[in-house]
Amino acid sequence: MAENLAGTIAERDGFIVTKGKNKKQLQCDTDSSAGCVSQRACVYCGARVVLNPITDAIHLVHGPIGCASYTWDIRGSLSSGAELYRNSFSTDLKEQDIIFGGAKKLSAAIDGLMEKYQAKLVFVYSTCIVGVIGDDLEAICSAASQKHNIAVIPVESSGFIGNKSAGYRAAGDALLRLIKPSQSAVIEKNNSINYLGDFNLAGEAWIIQNYLRQMGVELNVTFTGDSRYTALKSAPKAKLNIIQCAGSMIYMAGKMEELYQIPYIQISFLGIEDTATSLRKIAAALGEESMIAKAEALIAKETQRVEAIIKGYRTKLQGKKAAIFVGGGFKAISLIKQFREIGIDVVMIGTQTGRKEEYETINDLVDDGTVILDDANPAELEKFMMEKGANLLVGGVKERPLAYKLGIAFIDHNHDRKHPLSGFEGAVNFAEEVYSTVCSPVWNSLAKLRIEGGVTDHG
Amino acid sequence: MAEKSKDNVYYRNVNENPCNMCMPMGGILALKGIEQSMVIVHGSQGCSTYMRRHIAEHFNEPVDVGSSSLNEKGTIYGGEKNLRQALDNIMKVYHPALIGIVTTCLAETIGEDIERITGQYLIDREMEDFPIITASTPGYGGSHFEGYFFTLRRILMQLAEATEKNNKINIIIPNMSPADIREVKRILALMQIQYVLYPDFSNTLDRPFARPYTKMSDGGTKLADIKSMGGALATIQMGVTIEDAISPGKYLEEEFSVPLYNIAIPIGVEGTDAFFNTLVAITGKTIPENIKQERGRLLDGMIDSHKYNFQGRSVIFGEPEMVYAVTKTCVENGVFPAVVATGSQVGKLNELLIAAVADCPEKSKILIETDFSHIVAASKEAKVNIGIGPSDGRYLTEKGDISLVRLGFPIHDRVGGQRILSVGYTGTMMFLDRITNTLLENKYKSYRSSMYEKFYQQS
Repeated sequence: MAENLAGTIAERDGFIVTKGKNKKQLQCDTDSSAGCVSQRACVYCGARVVLNPITDAIHLVHGPIGCASYTWDIRGSLSSGAELYRNSFSTDLKEQDIIFGGAKKLSAAIDGLMEKYQAKLVFVYSTCIVGVIGDDLEAICSAASQKHNIAVIPVESSGFIGNKSAGYRAAGDALLRLIKPSQSAVIEKNNSINYLGDFNLAGEAWIIQNYLRQMGVELNVTFTGDSRYTALKSAPKAKLNIIQCAGSMIYMAGKMEELYQIPYIQISFLGIEDTATSLRKIAAALGEESMIAKAEALIAKETQRVEAIIKGYRTKLQGKKAAIFVGGGFKAISLIKQFREIGIDVVMIGTQTGRKEEYETINDLVDDGTVILDDANPAELEKFMMEKGANLLVGGVKERPLAYKLGIAFIDHNHDRKHPLSGFEGAVNFAEEVYSTVCSPVWNSLAKLRIEGGVTDHG
Repeated sequence: MAEKSKDNVYYRNVNENPCNMCMPMGGILALKGIEQSMVIVHGSQGCSTYMRRHIAEHFNEPVDVGSSSLNEKGTIYGGEKNLRQALDNIMKVYHPALIGIVTTCLAETIGEDIERITGQYLIDREMEDFPIITASTPGYGGSHFEGYFFTLRRILMQLAEATEKNNKINIIIPNMSPADIREVKRILALMQIQYVLYPDFSNTLDRPFARPYTKMSDGGTKLADIKSMGGALATIQMGVTIEDAISPGKYLEEEFSVPLYNIAIPIGVEGTDAFFNTLVAITGKTIPENIKQERGRLLDGMIDSHKYNFQGRSVIFGEPEMVYAVTKTCVENGVFPAVVATGSQVGKLNELLIAAVADCPEKSKILIETDFSHIVAASKEAKVNIGIGPSDGRYLTEKGDISLVRLGFPIHDRVGGQRILSVGYTGTMMFLDRITNTLLENKYKSYRSSMYEKFYQQS
């Protein structure tokens, strides 16, 4: 059984199952074990990923320099206007600040940034040591907010308070504070929808926005891809929330339902199948006949356009085996179906922060024998990819060199991507990328691994 | 500019786009150059993941680094349990010959005594001979540059022994590319000099493709060699900018009376001459004919390019040691260093730079412990036309239309950071060619249109 071979780390056993071989429930959504070389980042990372695409906000990291340094403009979220979000601001705490506290420095930093950039919104991210030295972020932000008459929102993202998911929640809390109407305000509902969990990587949110426009659906605001302060403030007016990246947004969606009576549906725009299903779901939820008809027309037109292209790739890729290790569950689920569209089976699948429900769906979708694992590490990825004979891996920056060192093709599916993978356009890009890596001629050279005495060794 | 003025060294409330990383990052890089070593970052999970990501993207290599994954409990009650678990798991999966533990802001702020914890661990596990290196590297204590040298010093403090004198020269290098390290080794081999190069990540972070994949890479400075560094003939340390307190070479001098020769990174004629002269002075060996030819070719190439180079007005930024060597080389070739900057706070760079640019026809702007908002602003003001430094300077191109010649660490938006060769006579020539050709490319890009606009349209 896979998990007996999984290694030597007993703590990891519960986090790895092989479908069909055992009935046990996969463990997930817990802290990473020490020394397991987890691929996860931290609470701050989770919060920053979710909030950073807000383009006209000042993103100020209260902490020592590293946290800001490692997260400066490394994501692919695009903006249609403001560029402020592409800066990484830090209070750059030094030893004396740790001893005497960083409160004064933080206030002065906000003052200085406001003078220079005149933003309407400031996020102040808490880092590990702020949680320990006890700077009163609430009080400082509240004072700054009054002083500058803008929103200054603390993000409780000290790295040690949980895993990356805790950061999603911290971001959700910050967003809920941001969109909360003043007590006297009356929320005037309209017919628009909010789109939660798209970060406009390589313009993906724009692609979906175009689809919705063609269906006659009015998009109120996207959380948080290419969003701005004013648009976010109008979020409570919407009639419906559609959520894509559930890992980061389901908490927020639940709260918005409770507070503003906005129901939500889960959708995904990765792959032809999920894109079509999602557009239908949105039209059905809004219930207007014209939208349903327009959605069908759009799906028919686009599917016909891209299916021929996808089919071409499928003939070249049929029978290959994929391994998946991505951040969240929704992405993993969509990828299984998307790989099927191009004739590829998934032999190993895992996520950094997938939820129980998502793993159940994954388990339902994959074939017997597929290894499912949560919060995997390089040793496990290596082991199962080799054991299962994977031809390619889908992952992020840290996983890429591992795949390449193993001589395995690789698909970049993270926040750094520079080309869209959403919608019908994205499905074509995805198939093309898979083809470009799986069928690259470089793998042929690996068959001729050694050259000795003028003779190439094909062994 | 004559003294360390407020103009170029300051304490500020906010860092806008960091030009440095944090101490543990340097610690990891140093430890990656030790044979069969593994690193554990004692702190919350994110620190190790962020640093792994940065290193992996620069070198395009799998970078496995453990974390003690401190959570809330560990933060309140101490992280001993986590650190011990991390040690257990790293031992089991990687079977390293040495483990380095670097601390973080969090571990230092809660006052972790890692020496006691690891000492006890080794006793309990009955493996008292196993080398565990501890380095206290809080993120607020300095930049990755200081973390690198400090960790090298810590390794020597814990491993180097009083041994019999040997015939080797210790070569202590700063963070330079694997290609640079290999060039230094080639030179030493040509000179028939026995040496211990420390640290040596030329293979551990740039290994050839081979099957089967191994989790631990070959290469790195051998433990036996490190132990014998106290018996060396002399130490050549490429570390003119570092303070004695973090100097590994100084430690060997003080503890084992190994003569220390601090030299700049051998880039440029003067810089490379100094390296060879030092080697000759220590060993009495002669410089081989082909090295003399390489020197002659460099001089020949410098003449060929001198008029083009004279058009260069550069901004040079990054780690102090590289910044100094590059500035000297630019001055040597008439490329005016209009702005010279580092995010590190290291002591000796400012004075060294003042001397290095003293004879320039114009005044250079020197920025110590600075950030990219200041670097970009100063570069625009000084009408800089070429940037030299790591990828974080890409804003110079985007916001200031200043071409960037990538050099140093990290280079994450181009491939081949590990292959950039700049040291020695041959490396200098390649470095200069990159500068000259970038200047020429810009010239060819615009000279037709600019002359047309300047003269024809006005006639």
